[in-house]
Amino acid sequence: MGCYTDNPDAIAALVRGREVHRDVYIDPEIYRLEMKHLFANSWVFVGHDSQTPNKGDYFTTQIGDQPVIQVRHSDGEIHVLYNRCPHKGTKIAIDRTGNTGKFFRCPYHAWSFKTDGCLLAIPLKKGYENTGFEQAEGSKGMRAVGAVKNYRGFIFARLAEEGISFEDYFGGSLSSLDNMVDRSPAGRLEVAGPPLRYMHKCNWKMLVENQTDTCHPMVAHESSAGTAVKLWEELDMPEGTPLPPAMEIIAPFMSAYEFFEKMGIRTWPNGHGHTGVHHSIHSNYSAIPGYFEAMSEAYGEERAKAILGENRHNTVYFPNIMIKGPIQQLRVFIPLAADKTLVESYIYRLVDAPDELTARTAMYNRMINAPTSIVGHDDLEMYERAQEGLACDGLEWVNVQRLYEEDEDFDTETVENGTTERQMRNQFHAWVKFMTADMGPKETRSKEAAE
Amino acid sequence: MSLTRDDLIDFIYDEARMLDEGRYDEWLALWQKDGHYWMPLDYKQTDPIQVTSLMYEDIFMLKLRVERLNGARTFSQKPKSRCHHVLSRPYVDEMDNEAGRYVTTTFMHYVETRLDDQFLLALTARHELALVDGKIMIANKRVDILNCDAAFGNIQLLP
Repeated sequence: MGCYTDNPDAIAALVRGREVHRDVYIDPEIYRLEMKHLFANSWVFVGHDSQTPNKGDYFTTQIGDQPVIQVRHSDGEIHVLYNRCPHKGTKIAIDRTGNTGKFFRCPYHAWSFKTDGCLLAIPLKKGYENTGFEQAEGSKGMRAVGAVKNYRGFIFARLAEEGISFEDYFGGSLSSLDNMVDRSPAGRLEVAGPPLRYMHKCNWKMLVENQTDTCHPMVAHESSAGTAVKLWEELDMPEGTPLPPAMEIIAPFMSAYEFFEKMGIRTWPNGHGHTGVHHSIHSNYSAIPGYFEAMSEAYGEERAKAILGENRHNTVYFPNIMIKGPIQQLRVFIPLAADKTLVESYIYRLVDAPDELTARTAMYNRMINAPTSIVGHDDLEMYERAQEGLACDGLEWVNVQRLYEEDEDFDTETVENGTTERQMRNQFHAWVKFMTADMGPKETRSKEAAE
Repeated sequence: MSLTRDDLIDFIYDEARMLDEGRYDEWLALWQKDGHYWMPLDYKQTDPIQVTSLMYEDIFMLKLRVERLNGARTFSQKPKSRCHHVLSRPYVDEMDNEAGRYVTTTFMHYVETRLDDQFLLALTARHELALVDGKIMIANKRVDILNCDAAFGNIQLLP
């Protein structure tokens, strides 16, 4: 045990407004506490319901460091179960996706479970007669997570049995997910293929912070976006030549500081926030024939214009996903260790919209977020240099004070200059809140509960 | 003019050597203007457009990729990566001298290194080649990574 376990005061002292202590990124004890407290108390993204469209379909993933299965039960509802046989601990499902039929069957001793986790059968069950088996943990079947919510197709779970409700946790931030789904004339998304999987030797929070870091694109990405702009100019195309799709995607990364200042950042309570309140790098994509017509038919012209007029850039759902509504992309930052993060980047197709939209989204995903991406390469280089640089003693604080204001109130929604680091501070405010919500010596907690 | 199997096989070896030696201008000159370099994300992927790939790049993107490698502010290439292809003898799958169209399949091991890190990828490269004005050109190239669905760190050069 180090100095942070059961010590909420020490956790809170790591975040002091303008700065955060390096231990939040590099300390293995902090990582373990994040898994135990932060990822248990908050609502964490699991998957999309179109990944498990039929009864018995399952998808294996993890919430923090907890292996879980998203599965569609016989009543059509999605359940999220811990991926562990209650008998000896064997993982029940190893495939990333599959169909298990009416029940899961452990490959070790053939204990079987309904797709809601209930124990169905044990071979040679008489061996447990008169052994007090009913009292055993194992008799309850596969354990379900604390709570599950299917919000317009997106599955979120809270591991803790008790805690904040889904609605209270996300509040007004759900408007970004709504906008992403509303962009389908049918109001429905479907996952398009498997996600990119990109391994990062850095702390997961560096990636989350980078989603609303608007002062890095023109610097870190000069080598890719800047070179693209230069190559395009060298081609000397006639005035008014439309940009090819790849240039439409990459050129805005080189926008000036003013562009990013004016785009705005909105923050919501509990660590959520987004860039691109007024415009974003996705605002000027060319129109796809037939799309607006399909949207107008589904929603009426005025509503269709309102939906498509919203061009939010990156929306962070604390703790560990980011979505891009205008292009139907979701990235999940899965923490594997204090210095190791797996990034999975999903794309979705808009049901009843032209295929060209999915094609553009797929292009964005591979150009920007693949392990082979010339943009991603420089981001990863920055994170890994930071992870190594933080080892330096005598300089123990990381600065997050751009456009800091005294007495910032993170419990209210605000809109600020698009280069503020307020959203990073907002995340750390929520970080302390959900790290310490159920922390403290057991005696203290039970006394408080009794009072 | 008609090509022999050896002409095609020599071409595949020469192309890999250009990549290993960083002779990118020569390499780009091998490509037909409407060609694509495709690296699927999924095992036996059939669609490069409607789902994500690791790469699906036209000549403009390939040019951008190799131009970037030499940029003054290409931070992930300070210091530079190096790569190495080991080829087994290419299979000539299709050979149509009349149309000037050819297809080869080549199994390769690809090693890329930078600083203290080095990784190995097992590849299957499928080349669609064309004979244009007496020169062999790459019409399209598909590179399948054996563990394409695994999580990778940076793959910075061209497997």
